[in-house]
Amino acid sequence: MAVEVRTTVFDPWQELARFQGEMAGNRGKYGATCVFVGSMRDFNEGDTVRSMFLEHYPQMTEIHLESICREAARRWELLDTLIIHRVGEIRPDDSIVLVAAWSAHRSEAFGAARYLIEELKSRAPFWKKEYLQEGTRWVESNTPVS
Amino acid sequence: MAVTVRFFASLREQVGSGDLLLDVADTTTVVQVWHQAVGDKPLPANTLMAVNMEYAGEETPVHDGDEVAFFPPVTGGSHGC
Repeated sequence: MAVEVRTTVFDPWQELARFQGEMAGNRGKYGATCVFVGSMRDFNEGDTVRSMFLEHYPQMTEIHLESICREAARRWELLDTLIIHRVGEIRPDDSIVLVAAWSAHRSEAFGAARYLIEELKSRAPFWKKEYLQEGTRWVESNTPVS
Repeated sequence: MAVTVRFFASLREQVGSGDLLLDVADTTTVVQVWHQAVGDKPLPANTLMAVNMEYAGEETPVHDGDEVAFFPPVTGGSHGC
Protein backbone atom coordinates (compact mmCIF):
# COMPACT_ATOMS: atom_id res chain seq x y z
CA MET A 1 0.00 0.00 0.00
CA ALA A 2 1.48 3.33 -1.00
CA VAL A 3 0.20 6.90 -0.94
CA GLU A 4 2.14 9.78 -2.45
CA VAL A 5 1.51 13.49 -2.96
CA ARG A 6 3.60 14.90 -5.82
CA THR A 7 4.54 18.49 -6.53
CA THR A 8 5.86 17.82 -10.05
CA VAL A 9 4.61 16.16 -13.25
CA PHE A 10 4.41 12.36 -13.08
CA ASP A 11 3.84 9.66 -15.67
CA PRO A 12 1.18 7.29 -14.27
CA TRP A 13 2.21 4.42 -16.58
CA GLN A 14 5.85 4.59 -15.51
CA GLU A 15 4.73 4.77 -11.88
CA LEU A 16 2.56 1.68 -12.33
CA ALA A 17 5.38 -0.25 -13.95
CA ARG A 18 7.78 0.77 -11.18
CA PHE A 19 5.36 -0.07 -8.37
CA GLN A 20 4.30 -3.38 -9.86
CA GLY A 21 7.95 -4.22 -10.47
CA GLU A 22 8.59 -3.81 -6.74
CA MET A 23 5.69 -6.09 -5.76
CA ALA A 24 7.98 -9.12 -5.84
CA GLY A 25 6.07 -10.99 -3.15
CA ASN A 26 2.84 -10.78 -5.14
CA ARG A 27 4.23 -11.88 -8.51
CA GLY A 28 2.03 -14.64 -9.88
CA LYS A 29 -0.68 -13.90 -7.30
CA TYR A 30 -2.56 -10.98 -8.83
CA GLY A 31 -4.94 -11.79 -11.66
CA ALA A 32 -6.48 -8.32 -11.86
CA THR A 33 -5.11 -4.80 -11.80
CA CYS A 34 -7.64 -1.99 -11.98
CA VAL A 35 -6.28 1.47 -12.75
CA PHE A 36 -7.87 4.90 -12.80
CA VAL A 37 -5.99 7.94 -14.11
CA GLY A 38 -7.51 11.41 -13.84
CA SER A 39 -6.02 14.11 -16.07
CA MET A 40 -6.48 17.83 -16.37
CA ARG A 41 -8.92 19.05 -19.02
CA ASP A 42 -8.51 22.37 -20.79
CA PHE A 43 -12.21 23.19 -20.31
CA ASN A 44 -14.70 23.28 -17.45
CA GLU A 45 -18.27 24.59 -17.28
CA GLY A 46 -17.99 26.03 -20.79
CA ASP A 47 -14.77 27.96 -20.14
CA THR A 48 -11.22 27.43 -21.33
CA VAL A 49 -8.99 26.60 -18.38
CA ARG A 50 -5.35 27.61 -18.85
CA SER A 51 -4.01 25.97 -15.71
CA MET A 52 -4.97 25.01 -12.17
CA PHE A 53 -3.48 25.33 -8.74
CA LEU A 54 -4.19 22.33 -6.57
CA GLU A 55 -3.94 23.18 -2.89
CA HIS A 56 -3.95 20.59 -0.13
CA TYR A 57 -3.68 20.25 3.64
CA PRO A 58 -0.25 18.66 4.13
CA GLN A 59 -0.30 15.63 6.45
CA MET A 60 -4.10 15.55 6.69
CA THR A 61 -4.09 14.54 3.01
CA GLU A 62 -1.77 11.60 3.62
CA ILE A 63 -3.64 10.55 6.79
CA HIS A 64 -6.93 10.34 4.91
CA LEU A 65 -5.54 8.70 1.78
CA GLU A 66 -3.96 6.01 3.96
CA SER A 67 -7.20 5.57 5.87
CA ILE A 68 -9.12 5.15 2.59
CA CYS A 69 -6.63 2.47 1.47
CA ARG A 70 -6.96 0.63 4.79
CA GLU A 71 -10.75 0.71 4.54
CA ALA A 72 -10.58 -0.65 0.95
CA ALA A 73 -8.37 -3.50 2.18
CA ARG A 74 -11.01 -4.35 4.81
CA ARG A 75 -13.83 -4.39 2.25
CA TRP A 76 -12.14 -6.24 -0.62
CA GLU A 77 -9.51 -8.95 -0.90
CA LEU A 78 -6.59 -6.92 -2.17
CA LEU A 79 -2.93 -7.66 -2.71
CA ASP A 80 -1.91 -3.99 -2.92
CA THR A 81 -3.08 -0.45 -3.65
CA LEU A 82 -1.39 2.70 -4.95
CA ILE A 83 -2.54 6.32 -4.92
CA ILE A 84 -0.51 9.20 -6.37
CA HIS A 85 -2.02 12.71 -6.38
CA ARG A 86 -0.55 15.91 -7.78
CA VAL A 87 -0.58 19.27 -6.02
CA GLY A 88 0.68 22.71 -7.05
CA GLU A 89 0.49 24.20 -10.54
CA ILE A 90 -1.07 21.81 -13.06
CA ARG A 91 -1.40 22.24 -16.82
CA PRO A 92 -3.85 20.66 -19.31
CA ASP A 93 -3.04 17.01 -20.03
CA ASP A 94 -1.04 16.59 -16.80
CA SER A 95 -2.04 13.57 -14.75
CA ILE A 96 -3.72 14.66 -11.54
CA VAL A 97 -4.42 11.35 -9.85
CA LEU A 98 -3.50 7.70 -10.22
CA VAL A 99 -5.40 5.00 -8.34
CA ALA A 100 -4.62 1.30 -8.71
CA ALA A 101 -5.78 -1.85 -6.98
CA TRP A 102 -4.31 -5.33 -7.37
CA SER A 103 -6.30 -8.45 -6.55
CA ALA A 104 -6.62 -12.08 -7.50
CA HIS A 105 -9.98 -11.34 -9.16
CA ARG A 106 -11.41 -8.49 -11.23
CA SER A 107 -14.54 -7.85 -9.15
CA GLU A 108 -12.39 -7.05 -6.10
CA ALA A 109 -10.00 -4.86 -8.10
CA PHE A 110 -12.83 -2.94 -9.82
CA GLY A 111 -14.72 -2.43 -6.57
CA ALA A 112 -11.69 -1.24 -4.67
CA ALA A 113 -10.43 1.13 -7.37
CA ARG A 114 -13.88 2.72 -7.70
CA TYR A 115 -14.09 3.08 -3.93
CA LEU A 116 -10.60 4.62 -3.67
CA ILE A 117 -11.28 7.37 -6.21
CA GLU A 118 -14.78 8.18 -4.93
CA GLU A 119 -13.64 8.35 -1.30
CA LEU A 120 -10.60 10.40 -2.26
CA LYS A 121 -12.88 12.94 -3.93
CA SER A 122 -15.19 13.20 -0.96
CA ARG A 123 -12.70 13.04 1.94
CA ALA A 124 -9.16 14.01 0.97
CA PRO A 125 -8.46 17.73 1.58
CA PHE A 126 -7.62 19.00 -1.92
CA TRP A 127 -8.95 22.18 -3.53
CA LYS A 128 -8.70 23.37 -7.14
CA LYS A 129 -8.31 26.93 -8.30
CA GLU A 130 -8.74 27.42 -12.05
CA TYR A 131 -6.89 30.03 -14.09
CA LEU A 132 -9.20 31.03 -16.95
CA GLN A 133 -8.61 33.33 -19.94
CA GLU A 134 -9.74 36.11 -17.65
CA GLY A 135 -9.46 35.73 -13.91
CA THR A 136 -9.48 32.81 -11.54
CA ARG A 137 -12.13 30.77 -9.72
CA TRP A 138 -12.24 28.06 -7.06
CA VAL A 139 -13.96 24.82 -8.06
CA GLU A 140 -16.73 24.56 -5.49
CA SER A 141 -17.95 20.99 -5.98
CA ASN A 142 -17.10 17.68 -7.61
CA THR A 143 -18.59 16.39 -10.84
CA PRO A 144 -21.40 13.93 -10.08
CA VAL A 145 -20.52 10.31 -10.89
CA SER A 146 -23.27 10.01 -13.50
CA MET B 1 -4.85 27.42 26.42
CA ALA B 2 -3.31 27.78 22.97
CA VAL B 3 -4.69 26.45 19.69
CA THR B 4 -3.47 26.77 16.12
CA VAL B 5 -6.15 27.85 13.64
CA ARG B 6 -5.77 27.19 9.92
CA PHE B 7 -7.85 28.25 6.91
CA PHE B 8 -7.54 26.75 3.44
CA ALA B 9 -8.46 27.58 -0.17
CA SER B 10 -11.36 30.01 -0.81
CA LEU B 11 -12.09 30.28 2.91
CA ARG B 12 -8.55 31.54 3.58
CA GLU B 13 -9.11 34.22 0.94
CA GLN B 14 -12.50 35.19 2.42
CA VAL B 15 -11.15 35.36 5.95
CA GLY B 16 -7.96 37.07 4.78
CA SER B 17 -5.80 35.01 7.10
CA GLY B 18 -3.67 31.89 6.95
CA ASP B 19 -2.48 30.34 10.21
CA LEU B 20 -3.17 31.90 13.61
CA LEU B 21 -2.11 31.06 17.12
CA LEU B 22 -5.00 31.80 19.49
CA ASP B 23 -5.30 31.88 23.25
CA VAL B 24 -8.76 30.44 24.05
CA ALA B 25 -10.80 29.55 27.16
CA ASP B 26 -10.36 26.06 28.63
CA THR B 27 -13.78 24.83 27.49
CA THR B 28 -14.00 25.81 23.87
CA THR B 29 -15.67 24.28 20.81
CA VAL B 30 -14.75 24.46 17.16
CA VAL B 31 -17.41 27.10 16.38
CA GLN B 32 -16.19 29.22 19.31
CA VAL B 33 -12.68 29.06 17.88
CA TRP B 34 -14.09 30.28 14.56
CA HIS B 35 -15.70 33.31 16.19
CA GLN B 36 -12.65 34.11 18.25
CA ALA B 37 -10.55 33.97 15.08
CA VAL B 38 -12.81 35.87 12.67
CA GLY B 39 -15.27 37.80 14.85
CA ASP B 40 -19.01 38.02 14.15
CA LYS B 41 -18.83 36.63 10.62
CA PRO B 42 -21.05 33.49 10.58
CA LEU B 43 -19.51 30.14 9.69
CA PRO B 44 -20.44 29.57 6.00
CA ALA B 45 -22.99 26.73 5.72
CA ASN B 46 -20.82 24.34 3.70
CA THR B 47 -17.63 24.78 5.74
CA LEU B 48 -15.75 21.63 6.71
CA MET B 49 -13.89 21.53 10.02
CA ALA B 50 -11.06 19.41 11.36
CA VAL B 51 -9.39 19.05 14.74
CA ASN B 52 -5.89 17.59 14.60
CA MET B 53 -6.56 16.62 10.95
CA GLU B 54 -9.68 14.54 11.70
CA TYR B 55 -13.07 15.80 10.50
CA ALA B 56 -15.01 17.49 13.30
CA GLY B 57 -18.26 19.37 13.89
CA GLU B 58 -19.10 22.81 15.23
CA GLU B 59 -19.55 21.46 18.75
CA THR B 60 -16.43 19.30 18.85
CA PRO B 61 -14.43 20.25 21.97
CA VAL B 62 -10.98 21.71 21.48
CA HIS B 63 -8.01 21.06 23.80
CA ASP B 64 -4.72 22.76 24.54
CA GLY B 65 -2.29 22.42 21.64
CA ASP B 66 -4.94 21.33 19.11
CA GLU B 67 -4.85 22.34 15.46
CA VAL B 68 -8.28 23.51 14.28
CA ALA B 69 -8.85 23.89 10.53
CA PHE B 70 -11.66 25.39 8.46
CA PHE B 71 -12.03 24.80 4.72
CA PRO B 72 -14.55 24.62 1.86
CA PRO B 73 -15.84 21.34 0.34
CA VAL B 74 -12.96 19.30 -1.04
CA THR B 75 -12.46 18.87 -4.80
CA GLY B 76 -9.66 16.36 -5.36
CA GLY B 77 -9.18 14.05 -8.31
CA SER B 78 -9.68 15.29 -11.85
CA HIS B 79 -12.68 17.32 -13.06
CA GLY B 80 -14.18 14.51 -15.01
CA CYS B 81 -13.79 11.65 -12.57
